[in-house]
Amino acid sequence: MNKKESPLAMNAKKATASVLSSLACIFIGLILGYIFLVILNAKYAWSDGLWPIIKGGFKSFGNEQLMATRAHMKPLAMVIAEGAPLIMTGLSVAFAFKTGLFNIGAAGQYVLGAFGGLYCALVLHLPWYLCLLAATLAGAIWGALPGILKAYLNVNEVITCIMMNWIGLYGANTLMYQGGNSPMYFIKQAKTYTVASQSPGSLIPSKIFGWDLTETFNYSAMTIAILLAVIAAVVIYIILNKTTFGYELKACGHNKNAATYAGINAKRNIVLSMVIAGALAGFGAGLFYLSGIEQYNPQESTALPAQGFNGISVALLASLNPIGCIFSGIFISHLSVGGNAMTQSIFPKEISDAVSGIIVYLCAFSMIFKGFFSKLIGGALFKKRGEDKS
Amino acid sequence: MTGVYLLIKYALLYGVVLLLVAMGGMWSEHSGIINIALEGIMTIGAVAGALALCLLPETMPAFLIVLISILVACAAGVIYSALLAFASINLKADQTIGGTALNLMGTALALVFVKNYNLTHSGNQSPKLAYNNSPFIFNIGPITVNVFVFLGIALLVISFILMYKTKFGLRLRACGEHPQAAASVGINVYTMRWAGVLISGFLGGLGGFAYVVPSVSIWNFEQGVAGMGFLSLAVMIFGAWHPIKIFGCALFFAVFKALADIADSTFLGQLNLAKEIYRMMPFIASLIVLAFTSKKSKAPKAEGIPYDKGMR
Repeated sequence: MNKKESPLAMNAKKATASVLSSLACIFIGLILGYIFLVILNAKYAWSDGLWPIIKGGFKSFGNEQLMATRAHMKPLAMVIAEGAPLIMTGLSVAFAFKTGLFNIGAAGQYVLGAFGGLYCALVLHLPWYLCLLAATLAGAIWGALPGILKAYLNVNEVITCIMMNWIGLYGANTLMYQGGNSPMYFIKQAKTYTVASQSPGSLIPSKIFGWDLTETFNYSAMTIAILLAVIAAVVIYIILNKTTFGYELKACGHNKNAATYAGINAKRNIVLSMVIAGALAGFGAGLFYLSGIEQYNPQESTALPAQGFNGISVALLASLNPIGCIFSGIFISHLSVGGNAMTQSIFPKEISDAVSGIIVYLCAFSMIFKGFFSKLIGGALFKKRGEDKS
Repeated sequence: MTGVYLLIKYALLYGVVLLLVAMGGMWSEHSGIINIALEGIMTIGAVAGALALCLLPETMPAFLIVLISILVACAAGVIYSALLAFASINLKADQTIGGTALNLMGTALALVFVKNYNLTHSGNQSPKLAYNNSPFIFNIGPITVNVFVFLGIALLVISFILMYKTKFGLRLRACGEHPQAAASVGINVYTMRWAGVLISGFLGGLGGFAYVVPSVSIWNFEQGVAGMGFLSLAVMIFGAWHPIKIFGCALFFAVFKALADIADSTFLGQLNLAKEIYRMMPFIASLIVLAFTSKKSKAPKAEGIPYDKGMR
């Protein structure tokens, strides 16, 4: 046998180490969350606290009464439907990260995406794919500005993204509210109109090749959004790993000067990667609001949408792998549905947010876990090879 | 005239918060650690202080109530910032990610604490916390001020002296510029960075409390501290990491933020601009200024880079 490992085996090893370290982060996060639950109320910490979080979308499985009417599928459908935008914001953060940029502005791009999508749906009554395109474009524009500032004026993208988040939130809210006079704002409900009531054609369809997802999952907001998100993840994976463009982007992320020396237009690539990151976040917002999961509340000007920041959790938990984002997006969504399933009179649902915060915190130094696991796997492989020899 | 008094009242209130928290960021960044977690630290400081305010007996003298709740808020900020220090100094984690995690956790934890408090004391699970803020506010002539204004100015003076006139300050700044050089003359970089982050936690926690308590007597913790931590970061950059300049910038930003609050009740209401426009202004202003000044940034050179003894 050749002493040097083949690159394929090395990659597989790296991937295994990443997955194991993410699982370790989740495991430790859940344990710390459990300790927290015990401190709050030891008696119900398992039955009404951690167990519902772990069950998440599967909470009604096994309940025969609900299963008879297929109602047991609804929580699972919620996990999947709300997971789709999380996958997209996760992809947005992961993509930017791969190119050396920290896109903390996914929240602002998400808001702009919501505005773009909802404007086309509620005011222009365009078909769903054009609405989705508008959402994507709006997000892309919002991502472009920090990219331009970073590339040409060397302004730290973290700071500009934070500024753009708030400018975007205030700006989009003003446009959607307009003192209550906006054509998108439904005063009676103090939210935007539902897409279904104003323009049913703008809703993302739930049928694909004759398969009706809404019917299968018994949840009206269950659309093909999740499939679109998965396709997006695969496309991003291919762009990053199989194309010259992706290679150039990653090269800029590793070392901007070396990339420039090799003849790569680093400035253009920085702008492009922020544009794509913004587009992904905007697309996610489109998936969320055009599926009709919730109506937008333009009067909520004090907090940015959680999906933007949860995207950071999704990306880090996936070790920045686009395919991994699919699973981590669903997992984060699973956690938040599980948080709502806790007995709220004992444990507030925000505990699940705290758990995902802990997981991100652990991800920040996941290198330690990764080193540990790759040593572990490396050791095991080495032993195995040793046995083969003998 | 009432409009002007209101403007001064709000500008002072916000100005002192921005001053405190931006100085917190300054301490951390001069030691070499990017503190993006200020938002989360503020939230934790605010919730700890407000809960202390709720739990202290009302019969206690007002002076003691003020003192104890402020100390609790500061202590909470220090403890919370220790999480950032541990991850970014000892474990060499990515500082931005660690800070973001603390921001995510901050609001969530605050809500858990508040809801738990409301559950045990009034049986509902409202995310709002009601407290008595009268010991913190008093009037000087027609202008309402709060204790934090004086505290903020005192801490500004102390920060300036500590940072620029003492050995400690010089050493701390050296760790943010070139930690290996600092280490070569016998400075313990780890200690200095820990000190920077903990001071930042102290000021951040205090700032969060100063934002929440004097303005209203019921705070909805679902919003955390509504972006004040991030605005403070902008103030810090705007103020070129220098306490005196930060003071000026904090006042400038505070006036804009105050305009949004009084827009409806004064002559500005006739302009018919949405509140959000005023709220946007400080962010837009800082974006523009950043774009023009970033080429000669005064940022500490080694900030954001984990200290590695073996590196040169």
